[in-house]
Amino acid sequence: MSAAVYRAGPLARSFETAGAWIVGALWILPLAYAFWTAFHASEFSTRFVPSAPLTLENFARAWIAAPFARYFVNTIVLCAMILAGQLVLCTLAAYAFARFAFPGRALLFALVLLQLMVTPDVLIVENYRTMSGLGLRDTIVAIGLPYMASAFGIFLLRQTFKTVPAELDEAARIEGCSPLQVLWKVYVPLARPVYIAYSLVSVSYHWNNFLWPLIITNSVEARPLTVGLQVFSATDQGIDWSIVTAATLLTTAPLLIGFLLFQRQFVQSFMRAGIK
Amino acid sequence: MTRTTQWLYGWLLLLPAAALLALFTHYPAAATLWQSFHSTPRAGRGSVFVGADNYRQLLDDPIFWQSLSNNLWYAAGTIPLSIGLALLMAAWVNGRIPGRGLLRLAYFTPTVLPMIAVANIWLFFYTPEYGLLEKLTAALGLQTHNWLGSKNTALGCLMAVTVWKEAGFFMIFYLAALQQISPYLAEAAAIEGASRWYFFRRVTFPLLMPTTLFVLVNAVINAFRLVDHVVVMTRGGPDNATELLLYYIYEIGFRFWDPAYAATLTIVLLAVLGLAALGQFGILERRVHYR
Repeated sequence: MSAAVYRAGPLARSFETAGAWIVGALWILPLAYAFWTAFHASEFSTRFVPSAPLTLENFARAWIAAPFARYFVNTIVLCAMILAGQLVLCTLAAYAFARFAFPGRALLFALVLLQLMVTPDVLIVENYRTMSGLGLRDTIVAIGLPYMASAFGIFLLRQTFKTVPAELDEAARIEGCSPLQVLWKVYVPLARPVYIAYSLVSVSYHWNNFLWPLIITNSVEARPLTVGLQVFSATDQGIDWSIVTAATLLTTAPLLIGFLLFQRQFVQSFMRAGIK
Repeated sequence: MTRTTQWLYGWLLLLPAAALLALFTHYPAAATLWQSFHSTPRAGRGSVFVGADNYRQLLDDPIFWQSLSNNLWYAAGTIPLSIGLALLMAAWVNGRIPGRGLLRLAYFTPTVLPMIAVANIWLFFYTPEYGLLEKLTAALGLQTHNWLGSKNTALGCLMAVTVWKEAGFFMIFYLAALQQISPYLAEAAAIEGASRWYFFRRVTFPLLMPTTLFVLVNAVINAFRLVDHVVVMTRGGPDNATELLLYYIYEIGFRFWDPAYAATLTIVLLAVLGLAALGQFGILERRVHYR
C-alpha cells in the first residue's frame, strides 16, 4: 500500500508476494514460450528439453522468406513522418489554444477533443474513399496522414504550455521576439520532457498499428512490418511455428530492445502522458 | 499585440492541424452519416438515396446483432478485469515486494508489443495438440479441446489476450497516481485506528478516481477500436462467435465491398462510443473528487 504503516502481517505478506509472482509468471510465460520456440529447431518447439541446442536458423529463414528489410524501412519512414508531422502541427495548434484569444476557441477545442473518441481507426470506410480520391492509396503517406493532427498531442502540449509563466512570454516579446520566435525560444525548450514522452508514445503506437495500414496498402513497397508479418504468417507459413515466432520476434525486436534499454524513460513517458 | 492580430495568429497557427482534422475526422464522420442513407453503387447503377433501408437491413441482420452483443460481452469482460488487475499490480509493485523491478518489467512488457505479434504468440499458445495450453491441460489429465475453434471458448480466449496486453499499460497510470499520494495520510489514518482495507476503500480509492476515469475512457475506446487480434486469431469465427463490431465493419467494407452498409454499421459504432463518453463524463464526473 501507499505507506509503511500499512504493511501487512507476515502471512498476508507472503500471500501477496506469491500472488504477485504468479501473475508475473503468467505475464511472462507466453513471451518465454515464443523465445523458446524461435531459438530452437522445430522438433523442440513444444518439447522443453534444457539440453536442446540453440539455433538462429529460424531467424535466417524468416528473414529471407519475406521482404522484411523493406518492411523495416517502411515502418521507420512511417513512424518518422508521422512524428515529424505531429510535432509541428500539434505544437502550433497547442500554442494557439494556450496563448491566443480568438473567437471560436472553445468550440474549436471541443471539435479537436472529439478525435479522442472518434479516432481515425474507426472511420476506415470513409478515409479509404478519401485516400482513393486523393490518389494516395497504397502509399506510406496515406497510412500516416489521418494521424498527424493528433488531438492527444494538441491537448497534452496545450496543458504544458499553459503552465509556462506569462512573464517569460512577455519578457521575450519586450526583447523583440515575434510570436513564433517566442514559441521556439521559450515554450518548446520548456516542454522538452513532454515532447520526449509524446514521441515515445507515438512511435510505439504507430510501430504497432495494424488495421488501417492493412486496408490502405496492398504492395510490398508501402506495407509496414505489422502488415508484412500478418501476410507472411497467414499464407503458406501457417504451420511452421518456429519460423512464425522468429518473424514475430524479429519485427518487434527494435521496440523490445529499445524498451529494455530505456525502461525507465519509457515508463515515465507513459506516466507523464497519462497524468496531464 | 492588437486584438485582431491575436485573432489572426490564433487562427493561422491552428489552420494546418484544423485542416487535417476536418479532412480525416469531421468530414468522414459526416460523410458516414450521409452514406448510410444511400445505396452502394453497383454496376450500371449509381448510388441513390434509399432512406432508412440500410438501417432496416441492419435491424434484420443477425450477424450485426451478434457482433454487437459479442462486443458488449467483450467490453464487460475485459474492462473491469484489466482495470482491477492493473490496480492490484500497481499496489504490488508500489510496495516493498521482493523482485519489484523484475515484476514491473514482466507486467509492462506486453504493452510495448504490437497486438499483431501478441496475437501470433497466443495463437500458437492456443493451437490444438501442439499449443502450450493443450500440453498443460493434457498434463492435468483433461480432455483435448480446440480453444479457438469452439464457439464457447473462442471469445474468452480473445478476452484473455486483451487483458494480458492492457493490464500492464493501465498499471503504469495507477502507479503514477499511487506515488503522488502523501504518506502522511496513511499515518494519520493508522493513528485514527482505520484498518488497511478501510483506508484503501475510503482514502486511496477515492483519490485514484481521476486515474480510474482516465483508464476507463481508454479501456472503453480500446474495447471497440482494437480488433487486430481478431484478424490474426479467428477472423470472426467460429460461427461468428468472435465477430466484433469494427471487425464486421472491416469485413463488410473491404471483403464484401459494401461501403454503404459498412457506413451504417459505423454509425452504430460511433453511437456506442458517444454513449460511452456521455455516460463516463456525466455519471462518473460527479464521483470524481480532488480534480
